[in-house]
Amino acid sequence: MPQEYPPQEELQEEATEERTPKGESDLWRLLRYSLLRLGALFIAVVVGVYLMILIANMGGYVDEIRRAEIAFNVAQQVRGSPEFAELPEERRREIMDSMVETEEKRLGLHEPFYLRSIYYLRDALTLDLGRSENLTSDAGSRQVRHIILERLPPTLFLFLTAQIITFFAGLFIALALSRQYGSKLDKFMVALAPTSAAPSWFYGIFLILIFAALLGWLPFGRMVAAPPPDDTLMYAMSVIRHLILPVTAIVLGALFLTIYQWRTYFLIYSSEDYVEMARAKGLSGRQIERRYILRPTLPPIITSFLLGIITVWMGQIVLETVFTWPGLGRLLFQAIGLYDTPVIIGVIVIFAFLLAITVFLLDFIYAIVDPRVKVGGEGGQAA
Amino acid sequence: MSMIKRRLKELKEYPSAILGMVIIGILIGISLYAIIAIPYDEAIRMWRGGEGVWIENPRNVPPAWVNYFPGVNRPETKMLDSIDRPELKEVAEKTEEVSEGKISMPFTYEYDEFPREISLFFAAEYEQTRPFVHVYWVMPDGREIEMMEGSVADGTSYRIGQDRDLQRRQLDGLRPRVGLFAEEDTDPPQVLHGEYELRIEGYLFEPDADLEARLINYGQVEGLAGTDHRRRDIALALIWGTPIALAFGLLAAVGSTITTMILAGVGVWFGRWVDGLIQKITEVNLILHPLVVLVMIGTLYSRSIWVMLAVIIVLNIFSGAIKVYRSLFLQIKEAPYVEAARSYGAGNLRIIFRYLIPRAIPVLVPQFVILIPSLVFLEATLAVLGLGDPVLPTWGKVLEDAQQHGALYLGYYYWVLSPAICLILTGMGFSMLGFALDRILNPRLRGM
Repeated sequence: MPQEYPPQEELQEEATEERTPKGESDLWRLLRYSLLRLGALFIAVVVGVYLMILIANMGGYVDEIRRAEIAFNVAQQVRGSPEFAELPEERRREIMDSMVETEEKRLGLHEPFYLRSIYYLRDALTLDLGRSENLTSDAGSRQVRHIILERLPPTLFLFLTAQIITFFAGLFIALALSRQYGSKLDKFMVALAPTSAAPSWFYGIFLILIFAALLGWLPFGRMVAAPPPDDTLMYAMSVIRHLILPVTAIVLGALFLTIYQWRTYFLIYSSEDYVEMARAKGLSGRQIERRYILRPTLPPIITSFLLGIITVWMGQIVLETVFTWPGLGRLLFQAIGLYDTPVIIGVIVIFAFLLAITVFLLDFIYAIVDPRVKVGGEGGQAA
Repeated sequence: MSMIKRRLKELKEYPSAILGMVIIGILIGISLYAIIAIPYDEAIRMWRGGEGVWIENPRNVPPAWVNYFPGVNRPETKMLDSIDRPELKEVAEKTEEVSEGKISMPFTYEYDEFPREISLFFAAEYEQTRPFVHVYWVMPDGREIEMMEGSVADGTSYRIGQDRDLQRRQLDGLRPRVGLFAEEDTDPPQVLHGEYELRIEGYLFEPDADLEARLINYGQVEGLAGTDHRRRDIALALIWGTPIALAFGLLAAVGSTITTMILAGVGVWFGRWVDGLIQKITEVNLILHPLVVLVMIGTLYSRSIWVMLAVIIVLNIFSGAIKVYRSLFLQIKEAPYVEAARSYGAGNLRIIFRYLIPRAIPVLVPQFVILIPSLVFLEATLAVLGLGDPVLPTWGKVLEDAQQHGALYLGYYYWVLSPAICLILTGMGFSMLGFALDRILNPRLRGM
């Protein structure tokens, strides 16, 4: 997806904004801001999920599937049961029709669409996602909620590990490069920035090719060795061994562009007058960096990180497929292959929540690091 | 505008930009070649065709140029057809009812590896009674193996490589593609170089009957890019994937960036609820994962690449980019020349299109160029997820096939590498140009 550009102009816009009136405590400001953001995001999630339901059910598509399924199940039941076998054809048809009707009524299919769409919305938001058509969780449940909850931890684990590494590696390397601006290393890293055009799964394929297929050092995929080791320590070691390649792929997919953007921010801010002033006062390089460069740069850094994260989530869906990582992305892939609509819709809803949570967390951090954040009005600048 | 032209001249000073442009030029060249040399319908027909189209290709073999590496001497596919070479066939004896004839197919085998497979195809003409054949295999060391006997119909194929009987009885359990070309009593089997001959002795039972045969000795290399599991030439997909990838990337990028820019301009200019609405839609769109929406469209409605394209454009319009433009326009809106335009009575649309949007073009151009590769990769992403266009040959589809058939696990590296290299070249070409443009057109980044 689009690689977002440093919204530098936004900074200037904000810089001209008035500071929060004095007399309001920071904690109160933060709380109010967070609640407002949470509310705004929740509305966004509701609207988003409702849109999804509308798209999914465009022209009664989902209803059609459900009706066909009901009719099929009833027909199976009637044909398979000996008590109906003796009955004449007509009578049997009548029974079948009435059974279909009852079942449709039970599921609320007879009500008008706007009502049904509200039911679907309520079900989706409370994660009451229905039963899957084919897939089961490892524990054997057909509940979409169970399947998704089982796949969520591996996805979050992989995502968070990779994000934390990308953030800190990006920050330190970008700072180091801005210190030695113009050096060979700096130029080399800038030249590497375009490589981030490729998504993480693409790097994953190459990493598998080199480290799994050619060298045989690391496994091709999965999360633990099969069969999983009994010993907890060995189990953890096995997971780490399986984690190396996917994490490297995610980091590689995002790191160079991140470094390039952040390096640019650091350079822009280090040419500000007040930095010159600090230098003239005789502050050490470290102090200048921490107080006068890093601090004002954090808000735009968080913004660009947030926009990057959306790309990462997307890359991870395919990455999990490539590495057969047992997470949500792989689940989505399996569900697509089996046309398992309830699971697909369930994963979509979960992703909407995950993205909203990500946006909210970063907004929250944004509000902590940037005291200028204005509450209300436009509903925050971070996103 | 003239300023932009002047700035574009500075591109010459960026080696990466020149390299990027060269790559883009080559890609455009390949696209033109693909469209002219292989018509669209023909490409689709070939790519969807099964054995009927590709019977002469081996399955899953690397490209022919691997033979240029030192020490590699893998066999190429060789075909002997008695229709093309009538001298192979001789009619020995002919009576009213039965005629006896023989087709001999001599060939030299000097490669260091065994063939991929070996098959014999018959074409026969008869009214009632099928011709009857004996097939013999003569090796350079004089061994003669009787491979099959039986009556053949028109279109009968004898897959010698899969003849279990032959393997068990005559070749000491070696697979025919190995055993028929191996030196006697070597372990592991060594290729026996020299003159081979496949001899077919046939009997025709009708005066007008006729029999032709075609021997295909499938090689271990094929074409420019190798073949896939359905014997298809991967080069076809690589060549035809180029115009599709470029068209997809360009159309999606043009469609979304221009609309985004106009919407941002309209929103900023009219302000109030218009701006608020656009902002809210962007917020909702940020929560909706674009890929997830595409997955839903792909599963429930259509996998056509053009439907996907339309959806991507719509989803991309309200992306984070709209915020960048918005903040830019907010500044421009206050500029004195906009004030001047308003005072001479310029209409809303005139101001938006003549005064606001042109100022944002320096930001637009690099962003636009950088957007293209990510869209090309998006197509590949969709294909790898199994939502690729059902009929078109694209790079992503090749990758998906490779992924599905465990290409990396089985060692068919070429299958993954060739589409991957195409993708990465496209990606690098556009992003190198885009990054250079960005530095030239955005003064704040100049010299950084």
